[in-house]
Amino acid sequence: MSKQLIKPYGDTKGDGRIQLSFTLPVENSPKAVKAAEVYLQGLNLENIAVCHSKKIAEGFTYFVAYASGKHEIDYSKIQVVTAETKILNFYEINDLIVEKLNKKITVVGATIGDDAHTVGIDAIMNMKGYNMDYGLERYPQMEAYNLGAQLPPEELLKHALEKKADAILVSQTVTQKKSHIHNFSAFINLVDAEGLRDNFVIIAGGPRVSHELAIELGYDGGFGAGTLPSQVASFIVTTLCKKLGKEI
Amino acid sequence: MSTLTLDPEKISSVKNNASAIADDIQKFINKHSSISVERSLLRLYGVDGATKDGTPYVNRIVEIAKKDLAQYGITKLLAAATLKTKRDIQTTAELLATKEIPINVIKELSSAELEVKEREFATIAIEKLRKSKEKKERKKRDLPMPQAPWKYLIVATGNIYEDVLQAQSAVLGGADIVAVIRTTAQSLLDYIPFGATTEGFGGTYATQENFKIMRAALDEIAKKQKRYIQLVNYASGLCMSEITACAAIEDLDMLLNDSMYGILFRDINMQRTFIDQYFSRLICAKAGIIINTGEDNYLTTADAIDNAHTVTASQLINEALAIRAGLPEEQMGLGHAFEINPTIKNGFLYEIAHAQLARQLFPRAPLKYMPPTKYKSTDVFQSHVQDTLFNMASVMTDQVVHLLGMHTEAIHTPLMQDRYNSLGSANYCFNTAASLSSEIEYKKGGIIETRANLVLDKTVSFLREVKLQGLMNAIGEGKFADIKRTQTGGKGLDGVFVKGENYTNPVLKILEAQNE
Ligand code: B12
Repeated sequence: MSKQLIKPYGDTKGDGRIQLSFTLPVENSPKAVKAAEVYLQGLNLENIAVCHSKKIAEGFTYFVAYASGKHEIDYSKIQVVTAETKILNFYEINDLIVEKLNKKITVVGATIGDDAHTVGIDAIMNMKGYNMDYGLERYPQMEAYNLGAQLPPEELLKHALEKKADAILVSQTVTQKKSHIHNFSAFINLVDAEGLRDNFVIIAGGPRVSHELAIELGYDGGFGAGTLPSQVASFIVTTLCKKLGKEI
Repeated sequence: MSTLTLDPEKISSVKNNASAIADDIQKFINKHSSISVERSLLRLYGVDGATKDGTPYVNRIVEIAKKDLAQYGITKLLAAATLKTKRDIQTTAELLATKEIPINVIKELSSAELEVKEREFATIAIEKLRKSKEKKERKKRDLPMPQAPWKYLIVATGNIYEDVLQAQSAVLGGADIVAVIRTTAQSLLDYIPFGATTEGFGGTYATQENFKIMRAALDEIAKKQKRYIQLVNYASGLCMSEITACAAIEDLDMLLNDSMYGILFRDINMQRTFIDQYFSRLICAKAGIIINTGEDNYLTTADAIDNAHTVTASQLINEALAIRAGLPEEQMGLGHAFEINPTIKNGFLYEIAHAQLARQLFPRAPLKYMPPTKYKSTDVFQSHVQDTLFNMASVMTDQVVHLLGMHTEAIHTPLMQDRYNSLGSANYCFNTAASLSSEIEYKKGGIIETRANLVLDKTVSFLREVKLQGLMNAIGEGKFADIKRTQTGGKGLDGVFVKGENYTNPVLKILEAQNE
């Protein structure tokens, strides 16, 4: 593959222009402005213009700056992990379940740990769905159980076992102090410890979740901001088919 | 102020129905008390501190007293104990908590003796509340209160000392009100942690010591800035009335104090919540604390156009319940929000309609106006523009408690510089459009007036239904925020009890009498 070198674009190819804003823990002064410039030099930037500086607290100054990035990257070498699923529509998904899986699919989902945000998991699971896209409860070939928020991992697993779930959906919104990572891991570790990992397709979701992160944490897939329920349904069904060795 | 034409008969219909709904709930409240109400009393009498394992003395004592609570109430039990020990309240409390003396010695004392002692306790409590109000009023006389809308900023680092820095920075940028957000899930704790705290998730523990630290910090910077800075915290959840007691003792100015928020959004049992909100608001009324209600939250789970009338209905119910606790309208920070989907054509006009409707339904209330959150973009520049429109809507409709929107809302809890940027927009709008509300007139039968009347109409029929069903059943059906809660579900019902024949709560009695 041929190299494809790129850097940020302002108004001329290769100018590398970047806009920045940040705060330094010093009083505003010519010295502080100089410090901002020196700091940006350290980030491998050049043509630095610290265009705005303002005291925003005792001993803190806010800066706006423009600068040019020096280095280029080879775009042809960039790799990213994405959920490689054919996106099917509502009807195709239901048909596929009938044809290939030959039984209704059971999905349980919840927001676990201390996190009380339900709107994301509701958007995926509840009848109404999200952005004109029906939620999993609406799929005739799916039994969807939305267990709400602040569920301990143990409870979620218990429900999954009771309902003989095929797929488990785990939602996390709060990311402060990496609490989402902590909770996602707690759940997967629990499933692993019980030797049940192969029983379920397990999916992570939330505004700061990527497929890559989810895979790293041991999930089958991950979905972030703006996800539509049909994307998740497609992923569940195709992954189940794959697990059973069925072609799509 | 420019006004919309609203049918006065519809206004009296919604006010009357809300009043009937509140009467029904109040009847239930009057027969009950809860462990948190009893703990609040202990705090108001001056019981402070915790055992070595961190359990607050007030929790330990109420726990030990559990089987006698319904019959006597904690006040009488403590009165009896102090008469026996002949020691002060705190010492007696410690002896009770460590079980060095028994909890129930009532039989050994005459009812006359007990009554005198109870009255003495009640006076201590009432004096604390009265003095807190006086102190705040004095400070507000010494340092001028800024013109409304008051800019309300949130700090939420988890560490109270870090919060102080953030708050001081916010004040420097123009904040008039500082709110310390509580840590995740504190509302589910059935006790108030003791002392200063430095660890929290998404917020900082509400503790009496943390209140004190922030109050002192704000008073200091207020002097430098030559304007009074109001302090807010959250009294919802299982410790609603108890946090209110601490807040009154530490001279807080405002409390989140909704009659239904805990039920809907934290799954706190509804009986417990209604009982606790009442005592909590009695305290607020006396201590001069402005309550803030949480209607804005409805629009995070339900749609702002379809459900605008539930916000109005809830404001009316919150108002009616607040009146029963003796709160004057000037202390009712009824909530609402700017949460219409920004892709809707004329959405801004509908926002103005909603805000102006609230303004006219509660003309003297320091309305609490919440910024857009749900539809904030991760494109911070776009979000900043959304906030700017919100700021304009607020100044155009004379809102009072104005929460600043953050352009980073969809990303993280605010950085110091995020607040600075946000204040920049609010300062600009409030100054550049300072007199706009008194200059404009609404077009008769225009989009704004029509929308406001539609919301009012829907509120009329909604409240009529709620009245027929009763509020508790209506919540059970998911009428508010699309969330269903049952009368016996949720957390904290085991802390509710029916008041026995000899039960007393002298503080409640005096506060009620003063309200009459
Ligand atoms: C609504 C809201 C609330 C409501 C929640 C109501 C409810 N029942 O959910 C209330 C007011 C209660 C609330 C409370 C709090 N909140 Co809040 N809240 C928000 C807000 C405004 C919107 C979130 C939302 O509903 N988005 C809409 C949905 C549809 O989007 P979504 O969640 O991303 O979901 C989509 C995808 O991510 C995906 N998805 C989500 N989950 C899953 C799961 C699976 C399996 C899959 C496949 C996909 C998927 O699909 C969805 C549809 O596309 C955000 C700010 C923002 N604009 O993002 C803050 C925000 C999330 N909240 C925040 C905080 C800090 C809190 C509190 C901790 C504050 C406090 N100290 O009290 C509390 C939380 C208490 C607790 N115990 O968790 C922070 C989180 C910061 C961080 N990154 O850690 C935010 C970002 C605000 C901020 N900037 O400070 N909040």
